[in-house]
This record gives sequence, structure tokens and C-alpha cells, in this order.
Amino acid sequence: MAKTIDVSDLDIYYGSFKAVEDVTLTMASRSVTALIGPSGCGKSSFLRSLNRMHEVIPGARVEGKVIMDGRGLYDVDVDPVLVRRDIGMVFQRPNPFPTMSIADNVLAGKRLNGKRMNRAEAAEIVERALVSANLWNEVKDRLRKPGASLSGGQQQRLCIARALAVEPQVLLMDEPCSALDPISTTAIEDLIHTLKERYTIVIVTHNMQQAARVSDTTAFFNLAGAGRPGHLIESGSTPKIFSTPDNPATEAYISGRFG
Amino acid sequence: MATQTEPPPATDVWPTASRGSSRVRHSHHAPTVILGASAVLAAGVLGLSGWVDPVGAVALGWLTFAILSTALTATLRGRRAAKNNVATILVTSAFALAILPLASLMWVVIEHGAPAFNAHFFTYSMRSVVGAGGGIYHAIIGTLYVTAAAAVISVPIGLLSAVYLVEYGRGPMAKALTFLVDVMTGIPSIVAGLFAYALFVLFWGEGTRSGIAGAVALSLLMIPIVVRASEEMLKLVPHELREGAYALGVRKWRTVVQVVLRTAAPGIITGIMLAVARVVGETAPLLVTAGYTDSTNSDIFSRQMMTLPVFAYQSFKSPGVPPEPGYERAWGTALVLLIIVMVLNLIARLCTYFFAPKPNR
Amino acid sequence: MWSTGTATQQTSQTGRRTVADPFFAGLTRAAATVILLALAGVAAFLCSEAWPAVTAPSDRIAGGDGLVAYLWPLVFGTLLAAALALAISAPLAIGVALFISHFAPRRLALLISYVVDLLAAVPSVVYGLWGIFYLAPKLSHIYSWLADHVGWLPLFAGPASVTGRTILTAGVVLAVMTLPVISALSREVFLQTPRLQEEAALALGATRWEMIRMAVLPQGRSGVVSATMLGLGRALGETMAVALVLSASGLVTFNLISTDNPSTIAANIALQFPEATGIQVNTLVASGLALFVITFVVNFAARGLVARSSKSEGS
Ligand SMILES: Nc1ncnc2c1ncn2[C@@H]1O[C@H](COP(=O)(O)OP(=O)(O)OP(=O)(O)O)[C@@H](O)[C@H]1O
Ligand SMILES: [Mg+2]
Repeated sequence: MAKTIDVSDLDIYYGSFKAVEDVTLTMASRSVTALIGPSGCGKSSFLRSLNRMHEVIPGARVEGKVIMDGRGLYDVDVDPVLVRRDIGMVFQRPNPFPTMSIADNVLAGKRLNGKRMNRAEAAEIVERALVSANLWNEVKDRLRKPGASLSGGQQQRLCIARALAVEPQVLLMDEPCSALDPISTTAIEDLIHTLKERYTIVIVTHNMQQAARVSDTTAFFNLAGAGRPGHLIESGSTPKIFSTPDNPATEAYISGRFG
Repeated sequence: MATQTEPPPATDVWPTASRGSSRVRHSHHAPTVILGASAVLAAGVLGLSGWVDPVGAVALGWLTFAILSTALTATLRGRRAAKNNVATILVTSAFALAILPLASLMWVVIEHGAPAFNAHFFTYSMRSVVGAGGGIYHAIIGTLYVTAAAAVISVPIGLLSAVYLVEYGRGPMAKALTFLVDVMTGIPSIVAGLFAYALFVLFWGEGTRSGIAGAVALSLLMIPIVVRASEEMLKLVPHELREGAYALGVRKWRTVVQVVLRTAAPGIITGIMLAVARVVGETAPLLVTAGYTDSTNSDIFSRQMMTLPVFAYQSFKSPGVPPEPGYERAWGTALVLLIIVMVLNLIARLCTYFFAPKPNR
Repeated sequence: MWSTGTATQQTSQTGRRTVADPFFAGLTRAAATVILLALAGVAAFLCSEAWPAVTAPSDRIAGGDGLVAYLWPLVFGTLLAAALALAISAPLAIGVALFISHFAPRRLALLISYVVDLLAAVPSVVYGLWGIFYLAPKLSHIYSWLADHVGWLPLFAGPASVTGRTILTAGVVLAVMTLPVISALSREVFLQTPRLQEEAALALGATRWEMIRMAVLPQGRSGVVSATMLGLGRALGETMAVALVLSASGLVTFNLISTDNPSTIAANIALQFPEATGIQVNTLVASGLALFVITFVVNFAARGLVARSSKSEGS
């Protein structure tokens, strides 16, 4: 089910501004890849270019190749909307739809795509996604309540369930825990652990411990200075990057001696 | 003094917390005492002069209060406090003066209009009515049709244009649209009427009047209101919601319709209600486009169509002989209009209140 | 599997959807285009209907002296009535806005704002009826007093109108109508004064009035100007209230309380149009075009003013 993503020679632009330059990276299936690096180095931009969310921003575009399952994501006949159904995304701030109930939020991906379901089908999808997102036990008695009535951590897991309900191959997460308390963070990290059995996961994080705890592979991004594009400095297995990185900049960043 | 960071309570002609130049502290009762004294004084003066007019009495009492309290503040607390006192009294007077016409308008319209209200008034037209009797049925029908037609024209155009501006529009077209909607907001209603008239003259020849021409005129006034209100509401929808939908692989149009518009719906409905309330009382454009008639006409595409505001105007302009029944009908219609507008405003407010998404509840 | 062309499980749905997206975008664009066309239409139709009046020989225009001589008193009356209205309503409206934003207790303030908003929604024909039946007779007493006691002022030279249906009465009615417009917007502006600045002023020991002068008024100036201009726009274009209240003879005069009053463009159209034919219609449309231009200029002068003052304030 899960797929590998191969990125080669990727440049990312906002209008004429080049935000990320020349990234070549492979994100293996059934594993967690962590993207780390200082603020503004282009981690979010890179992540968003993996499911073509980047181009939602006016003037934004990419050059280079992103290949999944032998197909280029940016090939001319590819429909970006279908790419996003295969590669789900979770954002930094939980963003459940405020007009929808918990159950409707989970079903949003299906419903908004015009899929008709009978009740039993819908209930099954809701339960499966919420169980996968480790939220079922907490909300099973109030599925009709508004999604916004949950706590921040629960909302974030609701958003994960919402993404899972679309049955993606890959899950992209942009600092999914940065707005959450330690307990919710632990809950999400546990969830990532179980999810990687079935999905390819790419996660952006500013928390070194988190990267070390959850990821198998770590990629370190850096930028040479303000107004300059960000680069991938190095990538490799997480234990190696955290113990014996090749690049001194990586070591400086990880050990907190950055800047 | 050091803890004085909260703004003072709102009605302090005499601030109770001591500040800066204050030398003497006043009790809370000082204004009340002076007010009472002023009232007694004013009553006394009036009683002696034999001039009895409640408005005059209140005005005189208030003036006395203003002078007395300012003089007292000046002697006890200095110039700055006195200035503050004068400002407070001026602002409060401005408010009272502004409320006065509203109160009087309400009172006059209800007083003159209520006697006209009876079943006959609402269920009969003016067809072959001379003198007393007759009603506004034809005008109610006309207003209903014309306003509904105006809404049918302007809501889709206004709403979709707002969507265009917020979700799709870039470059010169969007700029031009923003500018022109501004221009439209300023179009005098009579000019909108002339436009619709001129437009339909092209189709149907000189001197034609019809309900649809009136609806077009009203649309011209309604569209900019709908665009502005909807645009405002669409912009309030957080960008994250759109991204959330896109990330689920939802098409843009479905995102716009089912997430963005759905989230903004209460505000948009409120805006539409207010727009309807704004045009339902328009007289001038309908006078020149829909014209007037004594009979019920439920075909908006042909012949003159009476509407409530035009009826109120006509009943006053040519009340008939004797004029009293005509005047009474004019007032009755004015009251009906006032009620419609108020109800629409109230519904709009309730809409915002009940249908707005409520987080954490 | 994401391609639009190849057949996969999703194609049956997507084939239609890839059309739906551009279709919807096109729909919104079409709506926008309708607005552009409508305005172009307004301009074009007004011009084409007004043109015969411009080219007609001057003796065919009502009054017999040509279009300019016909329009001038109307323009004068329009500007005079609007100026009177604003002279009364602007200070009052600012007072009301300040009362709501900084003087009234919170709950009362909320109630008052509702009432003021309602006032803005009252149909103009209702204002007109109130003006002619109630206000004009009341004011006529004041007018005769004014004529007797300050008649040496050209404004109040008299002889005072007995019915009270003068340009000043029209101005008062317009003032009542513009007041809610101006005060609603000013209130918003005043409420946006940064709390910190207000508290800083108060912490310096300023009285409330000093705080308002130091923090609230300077911040809100441009907003108040644009609110006033908006009110002016409304006063210029207001039709029925003036048509009902004013008993016009078409004279150009600054005498505010006599029976000789200039009419306004809008009221004149409303009164003449239902019975007008031929070149009269063209003349009236030409006057409507003039009104359109005046309000347009006012609106954009306001915008320019606001843009400039907000730039010079540097915030
Ligand atoms: N919408 C945008 N328009 C223009 N430039 C942008 C936009 N979003 C990001 N950028 C620029 O692209 C560069 C990379 O931004 P990005 O958000 O990818 O950084 P990041 O690594 O995710 O930072 P952080 O850790 O703070 O989230 C930055 O220089 C930023 O200013
Ligand atoms: Mg980021």
C-alpha cells in the first residue's frame, strides 16, 4: 500500500523568489522521514511540494522531479487534486471544519468529493479512521458534536483521522505537535509509530527529541543567509545523523550550537 | 493613582477616583443632587411664566444642570475637570438630540398609521375606490414581486462576484471590479431608476413601465451591498480551512461551495437581509420604472405595478377628495414599511446569532 | 493513476469534475463581467438618453434658456441642501459615535448602536411623511421667530414660510437621514483606537476628554472624514424625502426659510418624470447624469482624502 517518494533536483519558487534549491531525497515506504532545519529554510515548502499543495499559493511553482510509484507527480497529464487524495497532509494548527460534526469532519474527504455512502458504510469509515487515529474511545459517544468542541490534541488527531479516511498512501505532517501540550504530543507520536506500519510518513519538526524518537530517516535543511534559497545539507538514518553527522553544520544544529 | 490603568467607569461627570489636579472628592450623589435642583428650578421658572411644554421643560432643566455642574466643577476641581464636564454634557446632548427625531418619527408613524390597520386595508386594492376604504393589497403584491425579482437577480450576481474577488480574481479584472463596485455603492437611487427606465425603453419603447424594470433598478442598488457584505464574510473564512479541504483532494469549486461559502453563510445571509431591507423601502427608482396603478398586477413583465413605498408617496401626493382617507392610507403604508424593515433587521441579527459556528460549545 | 486521461477507478467521477472546476470559475467570472457590463450600460444609456437634451436648441429645454440654465439652480439646490444637512448631522453624529464608543455603559451602547442602525434603514418616504406632516409645521414657528428677530441675516431674511416646507427643513430631514450613516462608521473607527494608547493617556492623569483629544480623535480623523463624505453622498442622492418636504420654486437663493426655494436634482426628477415626455425626459436624464458625476466626484474625493491622510499619518 505505502509508496516510496523519490525527489530529484527540486527547486521551489514563490514568484521569482527561489525558496528551496536542488533537493534530491528519497523517502522510503513504511518509514518515517523527519525534516529538520532552522526556520525559513524551506521545510514546509518542500513538504507542500510533495502533494502539490504548494501551487495553491498564487505565483508558486516548482522545477524538478517528484516520482512516486514510477509516475512523476508533476507530469503534464497529472491532476493535482488526485495526487492530494493519495498523499494526505496534516497541518501545524488543527483545522477541523467548524460547520461540521466530528463524524462529518472524518467523512469530509469523501463527502466533499461527491461520494455517496449509505449509513452503515459511513459509520464504518468513521469508526475505522477514528480508531486508526487513536481517537475513537474518546469521541465515540459524541460523534454528532461539532469538531471544534474537542481539545487541541483531539482536534489534531481528528485531522489525522480525516486525512486517513481518504485512504492515502503517504501522510505528510507539518509540525503536527507544535501547538499541543506534552501529553497530546505523546499521543500523536505513538500514533505515528503505529501508522508507519501502513503508510509512508514525512514529518517536519523543530523538536530534535521528537525527530530522534519517531523517525527512521532524518533530512537536515539549511540556508546560507536571508533571501538565499534553502538546501538539503544531508540525510541519512536517524541514529547516524544524530550521532555522527557528516556535515559540521548538521552537528552544530542538532547539538543546539546553531547560529 | 499608580493602579489607575483601567479607563474610568463610563458615566463619570464626576470621576470618583482621584486623579491629577483633583483637590476635593465628591460623593456619588453630587450629580443627582444638582440634577434635582435644576429640575426644581426649571419647574419653578416654567410655573411662574405659565409656559407648559414638556420638551421645553426638559431642555431648560438640562441646560440649568449643565451650567450649574460646570460651574461647580470649575470652582472645586479646576479648569481641566470643568472642560471634561462640558465635553461630557455636549456629547450626551448630541446623543439625546439624535434620539429625539427617531422617537418622534416612531411615535408619529405609529400614531397616524395604526388606525389604518384592519383586515380590509391588507386584503383590498385601490381599484375603483373613491374616498374612504380601499387597501394596499396591490402594493403588497407588487413589493413582494419586485423585491423578490431584485433579489433573484442580485444575489447570484453579487455572491458569485464576491467569490470571484476573493477566490479567483487577480490582476486588472479584479481591480476594475473592486473599483466599479465602489462606484456602484455611490449611485443615487434615482439614477438607478433612470438607467432601468432607459434600458427598457430600448426593448419595449417609450414610456413603458413594468415590475421587472423596477427590479433591475433595485438590483443595481442591491448588488454592491451584496458584493461588499459577502466579500467581507468570505475573507473572514480562515485560509487553513481551504487548505484543509485541498489537502483532502477536494476540488476547488467544491471547497468554495461546501467549505468556504458554508462557513460564511450566516454572515452572507445577514448581509442579504440587510440589502433587502435597504431596497424594500426605495421609492424613487420604482416611481420612474414600475410606475403606479390602482389594481393588482401580478405580471412583472408587463404593465404598471404598484409598490408600498410608491403607494405611500402617491397617497400623499394625490390623496383624493376629501384628503383624509388618502393621508390615513399613506401613514398606514408607512407603518407597514417601518415594520417590514424592522423585522428584516431583526431576522438578520437573529441569523448571525443562531447560525454562526460556535466553537467550544 | 492521477492522470485525467487514463482510465482508473476514479475516472468516471473525475471526467465530469475536471469540467466542473473551470465551469465554476467561469461562472464567477461571468458574474463579475455582468457587473462591469451593467456599469458600462449605466454610463452608456444615461449618455445616449441625455444626448438629445445637450444638442437640443435652448428654447426647447424647459425654462427656455438651455440646459445649463436649467441645471444650475438644481445643482445649487442639491449642494445647498446637502451642505445644510451635513452642517447639522456631522457634529451630532460624531457626538453620538463618541457617546457610544467612550461614554455610554457597554450594554446601553450596544442597544443604542442597534437603534442607530435601524434609523439608517428607515425608508426615505417615511422620513418624508414625517418631515412634511410633523417636522415642517413645528419648524415653521421657529422660522417666523427667526425672520422676526434675526431677519437682518440674509439666511433668515424671510418672509418665513407658513408651511415650513423650506430648504432648511429639507436639510434637517436629510440631517436626520445622514446621521446614522456617519455615526455608525465613526463609531467603528473610534472603537478601533488602540486600548494601550487610551490607557497611556489616562495613566498620565488625563481627564476623559483629554484622553479623547489625545488618543481617539487624531486616530479616527480620516475615518470620520470618509464617513462624512459617505453621508454627503447619501444626502446628495436622496430623492423622496426632499421631493415630499420641499416646496420648490426653482430660485437660486440663500434665503433658507422663505417660500422661494431651489429644488434638488433628485427631487426634481422624481416630481417631473412621471409626467414627462419627449425632450423633457432627455433633460431629466441629463440632470441625473450630472448628479451621478457629482456623487462620483464626492466619493472619490473622500477616498483620496482618506488615502492621503492615512499615508501622512504613517500608519
Ligand atoms: N506564501 C509565500 N510567499 C512567498 N514566500 C514564502 C511563502 N511561504 C514561504 N515563503 C518563503 O519561503 C522560504 C521558506 O519558507 P518555509 O515556510 O518553507 O520555511 P520553514 O522551513 O517551513 O520555516 P518554519 O520552520 O518557520 O516553518 C522563506 O524564506 C519564506 O519567507
Ligand atoms: Mg514551516
